[in-house]
Amino acid sequence: MRSGIIAKKLGMTRLFLEDGKQVPVTVLHMDNLQVVAQRTADKDGYTAVQLGAGTAKAKRTSAAMRGHFAKASVEPKRKVAEFRVTDDCMIDVGEEITADHYFPGQFVDIAGTSIGKGFAGAMKRHNFGGLRASHGVSVSHRSHGSTGQCQDPGKVFKGKKMAGHLGAVRVTTQNLQVIRTDADRGLIMVKGAVPGSKGGWVTVKDAVKKPVPDSVIIPAALRSAAKAAREAAEAAAAAAAAEAAAAEEARLAAQAAEQDALEAKAAEEALNAGNEPAEGADEGTKKSEGGEA
Amino acid sequence: MNLIAQLEAEQIAALGKTIPDFKAGDTVRVGFKVTEGSRSRIQNYEGVCIARQGGATISASFTVRKISFGEGVERVFPLYSTNIDSIDVVRRGKVRRAKLYYLRTRRGKSARISEDTTYKPKSE
Repeated sequence: MRSGIIAKKLGMTRLFLEDGKQVPVTVLHMDNLQVVAQRTADKDGYTAVQLGAGTAKAKRTSAAMRGHFAKASVEPKRKVAEFRVTDDCMIDVGEEITADHYFPGQFVDIAGTSIGKGFAGAMKRHNFGGLRASHGVSVSHRSHGSTGQCQDPGKVFKGKKMAGHLGAVRVTTQNLQVIRTDADRGLIMVKGAVPGSKGGWVTVKDAVKKPVPDSVIIPAALRSAAKAAREAAEAAAAAAAAEAAAAEEARLAAQAAEQDALEAKAAEEALNAGNEPAEGADEGTKKSEGGEA
Repeated sequence: MNLIAQLEAEQIAALGKTIPDFKAGDTVRVGFKVTEGSRSRIQNYEGVCIARQGGATISASFTVRKISFGEGVERVFPLYSTNIDSIDVVRRGKVRRAKLYYLRTRRGKSARISEDTTYKPKSE
Protein backbone atom coordinates (compact mmCIF):
# COMPACT_ATOMS: atom_id res chain seq x y z
CA MET A 1 0.00 0.00 0.00
CA ARG A 2 1.54 3.26 -1.15
CA SER A 3 1.26 6.62 0.47
CA GLY A 4 -1.34 9.00 -0.87
CA ILE A 5 -0.76 12.70 -1.42
CA ILE A 6 -2.16 16.00 -0.21
CA ALA A 7 -3.16 18.41 -2.94
CA LYS A 8 -4.94 21.70 -3.31
CA LYS A 9 -7.93 21.94 -5.61
CA LEU A 10 -7.30 24.76 -8.08
CA GLY A 11 -10.48 24.50 -10.10
CA MET A 12 -11.90 22.93 -13.21
CA THR A 13 -11.20 23.32 -16.90
CA ARG A 14 -11.50 21.17 -19.99
CA LEU A 15 -9.05 19.43 -22.28
CA PHE A 16 -9.60 18.99 -26.01
CA LEU A 17 -8.11 15.72 -27.21
CA GLU A 18 -6.89 14.98 -30.72
CA ASP A 19 -9.79 12.64 -31.45
CA GLY A 20 -12.29 15.46 -30.97
CA LYS A 21 -13.26 14.48 -27.42
CA GLN A 22 -13.37 17.03 -24.65
CA VAL A 23 -12.65 15.96 -21.11
CA PRO A 24 -13.73 17.96 -18.07
CA VAL A 25 -10.86 17.93 -15.59
CA THR A 26 -10.19 19.13 -12.07
CA VAL A 27 -6.71 20.57 -11.59
CA LEU A 28 -4.98 19.59 -8.34
CA HIS A 29 -1.80 21.24 -7.18
CA MET A 30 0.92 19.53 -5.09
CA ASP A 31 2.70 22.31 -3.27
CA ASN A 32 5.95 21.43 -1.42
CA LEU A 33 4.64 18.02 -0.43
CA GLN A 34 7.15 16.54 2.00
CA VAL A 35 7.31 13.76 4.51
CA VAL A 36 7.15 15.30 7.99
CA ALA A 37 7.21 12.21 10.18
CA GLN A 38 7.08 8.43 10.15
CA ARG A 39 4.92 6.10 12.20
CA THR A 40 6.60 2.77 12.80
CA ALA A 41 5.36 -0.53 14.16
CA ASP A 42 7.95 -0.46 16.97
CA LYS A 43 7.08 2.95 18.25
CA ASP A 44 3.47 3.55 17.25
CA GLY A 45 2.10 0.08 16.55
CA TYR A 46 1.30 0.85 12.92
CA THR A 47 3.18 2.06 9.86
CA ALA A 48 2.32 5.33 8.19
CA VAL A 49 3.89 8.46 6.80
CA GLN A 50 2.87 11.92 7.83
CA LEU A 51 2.93 14.36 4.91
CA GLY A 52 2.83 18.13 4.97
CA ALA A 53 1.82 20.41 2.11
CA GLY A 54 1.77 24.11 1.36
CA THR A 55 3.68 26.77 3.23
CA ALA A 56 2.69 28.40 6.49
CA LYS A 57 4.21 31.46 8.11
CA ALA A 58 6.47 30.42 10.98
CA LYS A 59 4.98 33.09 13.26
CA ARG A 60 1.47 31.77 12.67
CA THR A 61 2.52 28.20 13.41
CA SER A 62 2.16 27.06 17.00
CA ALA A 63 5.37 26.46 18.94
CA ALA A 64 4.58 22.76 19.21
CA MET A 65 4.17 22.39 15.46
CA ARG A 66 7.27 24.51 14.83
CA GLY A 67 9.21 22.02 16.95
CA HIS A 68 7.63 19.13 15.04
CA PHE A 69 8.64 20.63 11.67
CA ALA A 70 12.10 21.54 12.99
CA LYS A 71 12.67 17.92 14.02
CA ALA A 72 12.04 16.89 10.40
CA SER A 73 13.97 19.97 9.24
CA VAL A 74 11.24 21.01 6.82
CA GLU A 75 9.55 24.38 6.35
CA PRO A 76 6.31 24.86 8.34
CA LYS A 77 3.46 23.26 6.42
CA ARG A 78 -0.09 24.49 5.97
CA LYS A 79 -1.72 21.09 5.91
CA VAL A 80 -0.60 17.87 7.54
CA ALA A 81 -2.10 14.41 7.00
CA GLU A 82 -1.18 10.81 7.69
CA PHE A 83 -1.30 7.97 5.17
CA ARG A 84 -1.13 4.32 6.16
CA VAL A 85 1.55 2.48 4.21
CA THR A 86 3.08 -0.98 4.19
CA ASP A 87 6.66 -1.46 5.37
CA ASP A 88 8.12 -1.52 1.85
CA CYS A 89 6.51 1.83 1.00
CA MET A 90 8.05 3.77 3.87
CA ILE A 91 9.52 7.13 2.80
CA ASP A 92 12.35 8.97 4.54
CA VAL A 93 11.55 12.15 6.43
CA GLY A 94 12.16 15.29 4.37
CA GLU A 95 11.64 13.61 0.98
CA GLU A 96 9.50 15.55 -1.49
CA ILE A 97 6.85 13.71 -3.51
CA THR A 98 6.24 14.80 -7.12
CA ALA A 99 3.21 14.61 -9.40
CA ASP A 100 4.70 11.60 -11.19
CA HIS A 101 3.36 9.61 -8.24
CA TYR A 102 0.33 8.93 -10.46
CA PHE A 103 0.39 8.16 -14.15
CA PRO A 104 -2.20 9.16 -16.77
CA GLY A 105 -4.96 6.57 -16.92
CA GLN A 106 -4.63 5.49 -13.30
CA PHE A 107 -7.69 5.46 -11.06
CA VAL A 108 -7.62 7.29 -7.74
CA ASP A 109 -9.89 8.01 -4.80
CA ILE A 110 -10.07 11.64 -3.74
CA ALA A 111 -11.38 12.86 -0.41
CA GLY A 112 -12.13 16.44 0.50
CA THR A 113 -14.49 18.55 2.56
CA SER A 114 -17.64 19.20 0.57
CA ILE A 115 -19.03 22.70 0.10
CA GLY A 116 -21.26 23.65 3.04
CA LYS A 117 -24.92 24.31 2.18
CA GLY A 118 -26.11 25.39 5.63
CA PHE A 119 -29.52 24.32 6.97
CA ALA A 120 -31.21 22.56 4.07
CA GLY A 121 -34.69 21.11 3.72
CA ALA A 122 -35.50 17.46 3.16
CA MET A 123 -35.93 17.93 -0.60
CA LYS A 124 -32.41 19.28 -1.10
CA ARG A 125 -30.75 17.20 1.61
CA HIS A 126 -32.30 13.79 1.00
CA ASN A 127 -33.87 14.17 -2.44
CA PHE A 128 -37.41 13.93 -1.01
CA GLY A 129 -40.22 14.63 -3.45
CA GLY A 130 -42.04 17.27 -1.43
CA LEU A 131 -45.78 17.65 -1.37
CA ARG A 132 -48.13 18.26 -4.29
CA ALA A 133 -48.51 21.60 -5.97
CA SER A 134 -52.32 21.53 -5.69
CA HIS A 135 -55.05 19.21 -4.33
CA GLY A 136 -55.37 21.14 -1.11
CA VAL A 137 -51.71 21.48 -0.18
CA SER A 138 -51.11 24.88 1.31
CA VAL A 139 -47.83 26.51 2.38
CA SER A 140 -45.95 23.18 2.80
CA HIS A 141 -45.04 22.29 -0.81
CA ARG A 142 -41.42 21.51 0.10
CA SER A 143 -41.98 19.82 3.49
CA HIS A 144 -40.95 16.23 4.22
CA GLY A 145 -44.47 15.04 5.11
CA SER A 146 -45.09 12.35 7.69
CA THR A 147 -42.26 11.29 9.96
CA GLY A 148 -43.69 8.02 11.27
CA GLN A 149 -46.67 5.95 12.33
CA CYS A 150 -49.25 6.49 15.12
CA GLN A 151 -49.59 5.88 18.88
CA ASP A 152 -47.62 2.67 18.29
CA PRO A 153 -44.61 3.21 18.18
CA GLY A 154 -45.46 6.72 19.29
CA LYS A 155 -42.09 8.18 18.48
CA VAL A 156 -39.97 9.24 15.55
CA PHE A 157 -37.27 6.66 14.83
CA LYS A 158 -33.66 7.64 15.27
CA GLY A 159 -31.93 8.49 12.02
CA LYS A 160 -35.13 9.69 10.32
CA LYS A 161 -34.16 11.74 7.30
CA MET A 162 -35.19 15.29 8.03
CA ALA A 163 -34.08 18.85 7.35
CA GLY A 164 -30.74 19.87 8.84
CA HIS A 165 -27.21 20.86 8.11
CA LEU A 166 -25.97 19.85 4.66
CA GLY A 167 -22.44 19.73 3.33
CA ALA A 168 -19.10 20.65 4.92
CA VAL A 169 -18.36 17.00 5.67
CA ARG A 170 -15.59 14.76 4.44
CA VAL A 171 -16.59 13.15 1.15
CA THR A 172 -14.65 10.59 -0.87
CA THR A 173 -15.16 10.25 -4.61
CA GLN A 174 -13.93 6.89 -5.85
CA ASN A 175 -12.41 5.80 -9.17
CA LEU A 176 -11.54 9.15 -10.69
CA GLN A 177 -9.21 8.80 -13.65
CA VAL A 178 -5.95 10.72 -13.86
CA ILE A 179 -5.76 12.33 -17.30
CA ARG A 180 -2.49 14.24 -17.18
CA THR A 181 0.32 15.06 -14.75
CA ASP A 182 2.91 17.83 -14.74
CA ALA A 183 5.77 17.13 -12.35
CA ASP A 184 7.52 20.47 -12.97
CA ARG A 185 4.56 22.49 -11.74
CA GLY A 186 3.20 19.76 -9.49
CA LEU A 187 -0.15 19.44 -11.25
CA ILE A 188 -2.48 16.47 -11.49
CA MET A 189 -5.51 16.62 -13.78
CA VAL A 190 -8.32 14.30 -12.83
CA LYS A 191 -11.37 13.58 -14.95
CA GLY A 192 -14.55 14.90 -13.41
CA ALA A 193 -15.40 16.72 -10.22
CA VAL A 194 -13.64 16.52 -6.87
CA PRO A 195 -15.35 17.28 -3.54
CA GLY A 196 -14.76 20.69 -2.01
CA SER A 197 -14.33 24.25 -3.09
CA LYS A 198 -11.50 25.84 -5.03
CA GLY A 199 -8.47 26.26 -2.79
CA GLY A 200 -9.58 23.41 -0.56
CA TRP A 201 -7.27 20.60 0.52
CA VAL A 202 -7.92 17.11 -0.77
CA THR A 203 -6.17 13.79 -0.30
CA VAL A 204 -5.52 11.51 -3.27
CA LYS A 205 -4.96 7.77 -2.90
CA ASP A 206 -4.70 4.81 -5.26
CA ALA A 207 -8.20 3.49 -5.97
CA VAL A 208 -9.21 0.82 -3.46
CA LYS A 209 -11.70 -0.78 -5.83
CA LYS A 210 -9.20 -1.34 -8.66
CA PRO A 211 -6.12 -3.56 -8.62
CA VAL A 212 -2.95 -1.56 -8.04
CA PRO A 213 -1.31 -1.16 -11.47
CA ASP A 214 2.19 -2.61 -11.95
CA SER A 215 3.57 0.64 -13.32
CA VAL A 216 3.12 2.65 -10.13
CA ILE A 217 6.31 3.94 -8.53
CA ILE A 218 7.11 2.18 -5.24
CA PRO A 219 7.46 3.61 -2.63
CA ALA A 220 6.67 7.01 -4.19
CA ALA A 221 7.76 9.41 -6.92
CA LEU A 222 10.38 11.37 -5.02
CA ARG A 223 12.09 14.60 -6.01
CA SER A 224 15.47 13.19 -4.87
CA ALA A 225 14.99 10.04 -6.99
CA ALA A 226 13.98 12.15 -9.99
CA LYS A 227 17.05 14.33 -9.44
CA ALA A 228 19.32 11.29 -9.14
CA ALA A 229 17.83 9.83 -12.31
CA ARG A 230 18.29 13.12 -14.14
CA GLU A 231 21.88 13.41 -12.94
CA ALA A 232 22.57 9.81 -13.97
CA ALA A 233 21.04 10.54 -17.38
CA GLU A 234 23.13 13.69 -17.67
CA ALA A 235 26.28 11.82 -16.68
CA ALA A 236 25.49 9.12 -19.20
CA ALA A 237 24.79 11.75 -21.87
CA ALA A 238 28.06 13.52 -20.99
CA ALA A 239 29.96 10.22 -21.16
CA ALA A 240 28.34 9.45 -24.50
CA ALA A 241 29.18 12.95 -25.75
CA ALA A 242 32.80 12.57 -24.58
CA GLU A 243 33.01 9.22 -26.28
CA ALA A 244 31.54 10.68 -29.46
CA ALA A 245 33.98 13.60 -29.27
CA ALA A 246 36.90 11.21 -28.77
CA ALA A 247 35.73 9.12 -31.70
CA GLU A 248 35.34 12.26 -33.81
CA GLU A 249 38.85 13.40 -32.83
CA ALA A 250 40.29 10.01 -33.68
CA ARG A 251 38.48 10.08 -37.01
CA LEU A 252 39.76 13.59 -37.72
CA ALA A 253 43.30 12.55 -36.79
CA ALA A 254 43.07 9.54 -39.04
CA GLN A 255 41.71 11.73 -41.82
CA ALA A 256 44.52 14.27 -41.30
CA ALA A 257 47.10 11.50 -41.34
CA GLU A 258 45.58 10.15 -44.52
CA GLN A 259 45.58 13.65 -46.01
CA ASP A 260 49.21 14.09 -44.99
CA ALA A 261 50.15 10.82 -46.61
CA LEU A 262 48.27 11.78 -49.78
CA GLU A 263 49.86 15.19 -49.93
CA ALA A 264 53.31 13.83 -49.22
CA LYS A 265 52.74 11.36 -52.01
CA ALA A 266 51.58 14.16 -54.31
CA ALA A 267 54.63 16.25 -53.43
CA GLU A 268 56.88 13.31 -54.12
CA GLU A 269 55.22 12.79 -57.47
CA ALA A 270 55.61 16.50 -58.24
CA LEU A 271 59.30 16.31 -57.38
CA ASN A 272 59.70 13.33 -59.62
CA ALA A 273 57.95 15.19 -62.45
CA GLY A 274 59.84 18.44 -61.65
CA ASN A 275 61.53 18.64 -65.04
CA GLU A 276 58.21 19.16 -66.85
CA PRO A 277 58.13 22.95 -67.28
CA ALA A 278 54.37 23.40 -68.11
CA GLU A 279 53.21 22.27 -64.63
CA GLY A 280 55.94 24.00 -62.64
CA ALA A 281 53.76 26.59 -60.87
CA ASP A 282 51.08 24.06 -59.97
CA GLU A 283 53.66 21.75 -58.48
CA GLY A 284 55.07 24.61 -56.42
CA THR A 285 51.75 25.14 -54.63
CA LYS A 286 51.31 21.48 -54.06
CA LYS A 287 54.70 21.32 -52.49
CA SER A 288 54.01 24.19 -50.14
CA GLU A 289 50.71 22.60 -49.06
CA GLY A 290 52.48 19.40 -48.35
CA GLY A 291 54.97 21.31 -46.24
CA GLU A 292 52.27 23.00 -44.17
CA ALA A 293 50.45 19.78 -43.48
CA MET B 1 -3.00 35.29 -14.14
CA ASN B 2 -4.09 32.33 -12.06
CA LEU B 3 -2.86 28.86 -12.90
CA ILE B 4 -6.14 27.70 -14.46
CA ALA B 5 -6.20 30.69 -16.85
CA GLN B 6 -2.53 30.06 -17.62
CA LEU B 7 -3.20 26.39 -18.39
CA GLU B 8 -6.08 27.38 -20.65
CA ALA B 9 -3.97 29.97 -22.47
CA GLU B 10 -1.26 27.36 -22.97
CA GLN B 11 -3.77 24.88 -24.33
CA ILE B 12 -5.23 27.47 -26.72
CA ALA B 13 -1.70 28.21 -27.97
CA ALA B 14 -0.93 24.50 -28.27
CA LEU B 15 -4.11 23.82 -30.27
CA GLY B 16 -2.88 26.45 -32.73
CA LYS B 17 -6.29 27.31 -34.15
CA THR B 18 -6.92 30.42 -36.19
CA ILE B 19 -10.29 31.74 -35.15
CA PRO B 20 -11.63 34.47 -37.44
CA ASP B 21 -13.04 37.64 -35.92
CA PHE B 22 -16.80 37.14 -35.80
CA LYS B 23 -19.65 38.12 -33.54
CA ALA B 24 -23.36 37.65 -33.12
CA GLY B 25 -25.20 38.61 -36.33
CA ASP B 26 -22.51 37.31 -38.67
CA THR B 27 -23.31 34.46 -41.00
CA VAL B 28 -20.70 31.75 -40.54
CA ARG B 29 -19.90 28.45 -42.20
CA VAL B 30 -18.55 25.84 -39.80
CA GLY B 31 -16.69 22.83 -41.15
CA PHE B 32 -17.36 20.08 -38.62
CA LYS B 33 -15.57 16.75 -38.71
CA VAL B 34 -18.02 13.86 -38.85
CA THR B 35 -16.81 10.31 -38.35
CA GLU B 36 -18.96 7.57 -39.85
CA GLY B 37 -17.46 4.22 -38.92
CA SER B 38 -13.82 4.51 -39.89
CA ARG B 39 -14.34 7.21 -42.51
CA SER B 40 -14.34 10.86 -41.55
CA ARG B 41 -15.45 13.82 -43.62
CA ILE B 42 -16.14 17.52 -43.20
CA GLN B 43 -19.75 18.60 -42.85
CA ASN B 44 -20.53 22.26 -43.41
CA TYR B 45 -23.09 23.99 -41.26
CA GLU B 46 -23.98 27.51 -42.32
CA GLY B 47 -26.17 29.92 -40.42
CA VAL B 48 -26.39 33.07 -38.35
CA CYS B 49 -24.27 33.21 -35.23
CA ILE B 50 -26.79 34.31 -32.61
CA ALA B 51 -24.56 34.20 -29.52
CA ARG B 52 -21.00 33.83 -28.33
CA GLN B 53 -20.32 32.62 -24.80
CA GLY B 54 -17.26 32.08 -22.65
CA GLY B 55 -15.07 34.99 -23.69
CA ALA B 56 -11.38 34.18 -24.00
CA THR B 57 -11.48 30.89 -22.08
CA ILE B 58 -10.97 27.43 -23.50
CA SER B 59 -14.64 26.69 -22.80
CA ALA B 60 -15.82 29.45 -25.16
CA SER B 61 -18.62 28.45 -27.53
CA PHE B 62 -20.93 29.97 -30.12
CA THR B 63 -24.47 29.25 -31.27
CA VAL B 64 -25.39 29.05 -34.96
CA ARG B 65 -29.02 29.19 -36.05
CA LYS B 66 -30.38 28.27 -39.45
CA ILE B 67 -33.69 27.35 -40.99
CA SER B 68 -33.48 23.77 -42.22
CA PHE B 69 -36.43 22.46 -44.27
CA GLY B 70 -38.67 25.08 -42.72
CA GLU B 71 -37.62 24.20 -39.19
CA GLY B 72 -35.34 26.38 -37.05
CA VAL B 73 -32.19 24.54 -36.00
CA GLU B 74 -29.63 25.76 -33.51
CA ARG B 75 -26.26 24.21 -32.88
CA VAL B 76 -23.75 25.12 -30.20
CA PHE B 77 -20.10 24.63 -31.12
CA PRO B 78 -17.20 24.75 -28.69
CA LEU B 79 -14.93 27.42 -30.19
CA TYR B 80 -11.70 25.46 -29.67
CA SER B 81 -13.09 22.01 -30.44
CA THR B 82 -10.68 19.74 -32.29
CA ASN B 83 -13.73 18.59 -34.28
CA ILE B 84 -14.04 21.99 -35.93
CA ASP B 85 -12.06 22.01 -39.13
CA SER B 86 -12.73 25.59 -40.16
CA ILE B 87 -14.87 28.64 -39.42
CA ASP B 88 -15.54 30.99 -42.34
CA VAL B 89 -17.37 34.27 -42.07
CA VAL B 90 -19.76 34.46 -45.01
CA ARG B 91 -21.44 37.76 -44.23
CA ARG B 92 -21.03 40.49 -41.65
CA GLY B 93 -24.31 41.47 -40.01
CA LYS B 94 -25.21 44.75 -38.35
CA VAL B 95 -26.94 44.12 -35.02
CA ARG B 96 -27.39 46.01 -31.77
CA ARG B 97 -27.44 43.06 -29.37
CA ALA B 98 -24.85 40.56 -28.22
CA LYS B 99 -27.42 37.76 -28.07
CA LEU B 100 -29.94 37.50 -30.90
CA TYR B 101 -32.41 35.22 -29.15
CA TYR B 102 -35.25 37.37 -30.52
CA LEU B 103 -34.67 35.69 -33.89
CA ARG B 104 -36.25 32.53 -32.48
CA THR B 105 -39.70 34.07 -32.53
CA ARG B 106 -39.28 35.56 -35.98
CA ARG B 107 -39.61 34.12 -39.42
CA GLY B 108 -38.92 35.32 -42.95
CA LYS B 109 -38.73 39.03 -43.61
CA SER B 110 -38.58 40.11 -39.96
CA ALA B 111 -35.75 37.67 -39.23
CA ARG B 112 -33.41 39.39 -41.65
CA ILE B 113 -30.20 41.02 -40.52
CA SER B 114 -28.84 43.92 -42.54
CA GLU B 115 -25.28 43.65 -43.77
CA ASP B 116 -22.54 45.60 -42.06
CA THR B 117 -20.83 47.35 -44.94
CA THR B 118 -18.55 49.35 -42.70
CA TYR B 119 -16.78 46.34 -41.18
CA LYS B 120 -13.08 46.84 -40.72
CA PRO B 121 -10.85 43.91 -39.80
CA LYS B 122 -9.06 44.30 -36.51
CA SER B 123 -5.46 45.28 -37.10
CA GLU B 124 -3.21 42.57 -35.67
